[in-house]
Amino acid sequence: MTIHRMPADDIKPAYNYAYLDEQTKRMIRRALLKAVAVPGYQVPFGSREMPLARGWGTGGIQITAAIIGPADTLKVIDQGADDTTNAVSIRRFFERTADAHTCEATDEATIIQTRHRIPEAPLKPGQVMVYQVPTPEPLRRLEPREAETRKMHAWAEYGLMQVKLYEDIARYGEITKTYDYPVMVNGRYVMAPSPIPKFDNPKMHMSPSLQLFGAGREKRIYALPPYTSVKSLDFEDHPFRIQSWTQPCGLCGAADSYLDEVVIDDQGGRMFVCSDSHYCETRRAEGHRGTMLGDAAASGLVEETTP
Amino acid sequence: MTLHVAAAELALEPAPLLSVDGVSRFYGDRIGCADVSFDLWPGEVLGIVGESGSGKSTLLRCLAGIDKPDAGEVLFRGGTEPLDIYSVSEQERRRLMRTAWGIVHQNPRDGLRMDVTAGGNVGERLMDRGDRHYGQIRERALDWLQRVEIAGARMDDRPRQFSGGMQQRLQIARVLVSEPRLVFMDEPTGGLDVSVQARLLDLLRVLVRDLGLAAIIVTHDLAVARLLTDRLMVMKDGRVVEQGLTDQVLDDPHQAYTQLLTSAVLSV
Repeated sequence: MTIHRMPADDIKPAYNYAYLDEQTKRMIRRALLKAVAVPGYQVPFGSREMPLARGWGTGGIQITAAIIGPADTLKVIDQGADDTTNAVSIRRFFERTADAHTCEATDEATIIQTRHRIPEAPLKPGQVMVYQVPTPEPLRRLEPREAETRKMHAWAEYGLMQVKLYEDIARYGEITKTYDYPVMVNGRYVMAPSPIPKFDNPKMHMSPSLQLFGAGREKRIYALPPYTSVKSLDFEDHPFRIQSWTQPCGLCGAADSYLDEVVIDDQGGRMFVCSDSHYCETRRAEGHRGTMLGDAAASGLVEETTP
Repeated sequence: MTLHVAAAELALEPAPLLSVDGVSRFYGDRIGCADVSFDLWPGEVLGIVGESGSGKSTLLRCLAGIDKPDAGEVLFRGGTEPLDIYSVSEQERRRLMRTAWGIVHQNPRDGLRMDVTAGGNVGERLMDRGDRHYGQIRERALDWLQRVEIAGARMDDRPRQFSGGMQQRLQIARVLVSEPRLVFMDEPTGGLDVSVQARLLDLLRVLVRDLGLAAIIVTHDLAVARLLTDRLMVMKDGRVVEQGLTDQVLDDPHQAYTQLLTSAVLSV
């Protein structure tokens, strides 16, 4: 048996730039061009095996690998945070295979690969969002037959999607879907926006940035060109609403961001913090203080920065 | 009261809603149905009777746009121009199936979404055609549930919690809510006990008369045929052996097979 040694960080393995071979990148770029030309349409592509388990972001990684260049700056977020395992691993992967500049600041990045969130800071023209998508087909749970869902998309037969929303209201009094909330793109295709909270849906509407969606396991790519209309599905008398919270972020005091609920002890204590870690840090550096920042700093959870 | 009749309407020749010409469907060497031709007029109820395996359901599937026949054509006059339902695109045919006509299946499981509430089942066709007002969809669904004698309180229950007769009535409400002009029914009373059958037949009779629906009803039950239908077609081995007014066919059958069929009915 041979024992394989991991190459040290300074030794380059014999991989092509950005890991994928050039033919594969061309194939993915062709799929991307088609996806951009038909906003919201799911384009099949030959998804490759990546050094990462399927379901961990292989679709997003393949898109990033196909579009990244030496001049790009990459930001990777997972659940809104820059410092979770998956985000750190993917960032390091591109540092090693593509000599990529990486950053945590949203406004410095040219490519932002994400799972679950769109950054709180507004996106700019020229930035590219890359989403890791687990289930690209919004109708999958409603109609199991692939041939049938394709027909439904082709002929815009979206009554069934509305039945799902009707059922939610009839049973629970409101639409209970809180993430991966279906949207109508450009007045034509219903699209699954990947598992971002519905809080982020309005950010996709007329966004100045290019948004690319990759589903590695399901082998689909779809896209939103800049300034595309994205409407969350709803009823006239039950309009779409985003989540709201009773209290602001415990660390930075932001009242306009998406908050995670964190259990802090076994006495029922909990706090709400921004899910976008970079946004929270930026605000703290600017001198915003939440009610629980002192406690959190005292126990070494965050560094208290003084402006 | 003065009678207003548009000039165009006077000039208009009354035309059949559905014209069927030489429809045949084969399963390999075997005949499903062969060379069936008839016209169905607006507001008319046509019954297709025959023993099991005589090609009734095959014919219905061909007429309803589910199975393409191997020969013949089916013309549907939804607007002014007759439309060959198998020469239009599949998209157009599916649209017609969802709006201009409806199919009531023998087994309610084929026609209902079993994990969607009764209200959602009835509302689906409304949402299909683009209704996006929850309150109005619900109001219309409730209205239709009551018309088929399902209590409004059961609106948010799922069909699997319903009895067989209720499921069948729910299926009828689901089809009729979009106000189709033509309804296909495949053994609508199959599998129901006689008292439930009787109520369902009453209901169907009232609805068909009130709405001026044209309907094609496939059944092997001659009593159902006598109650509901204006005209009858008797099928055997995939072919139509006799057709005419229902009472005529049942009371004075000309063909040997029809005579056999009518004399086989048990009377209590």
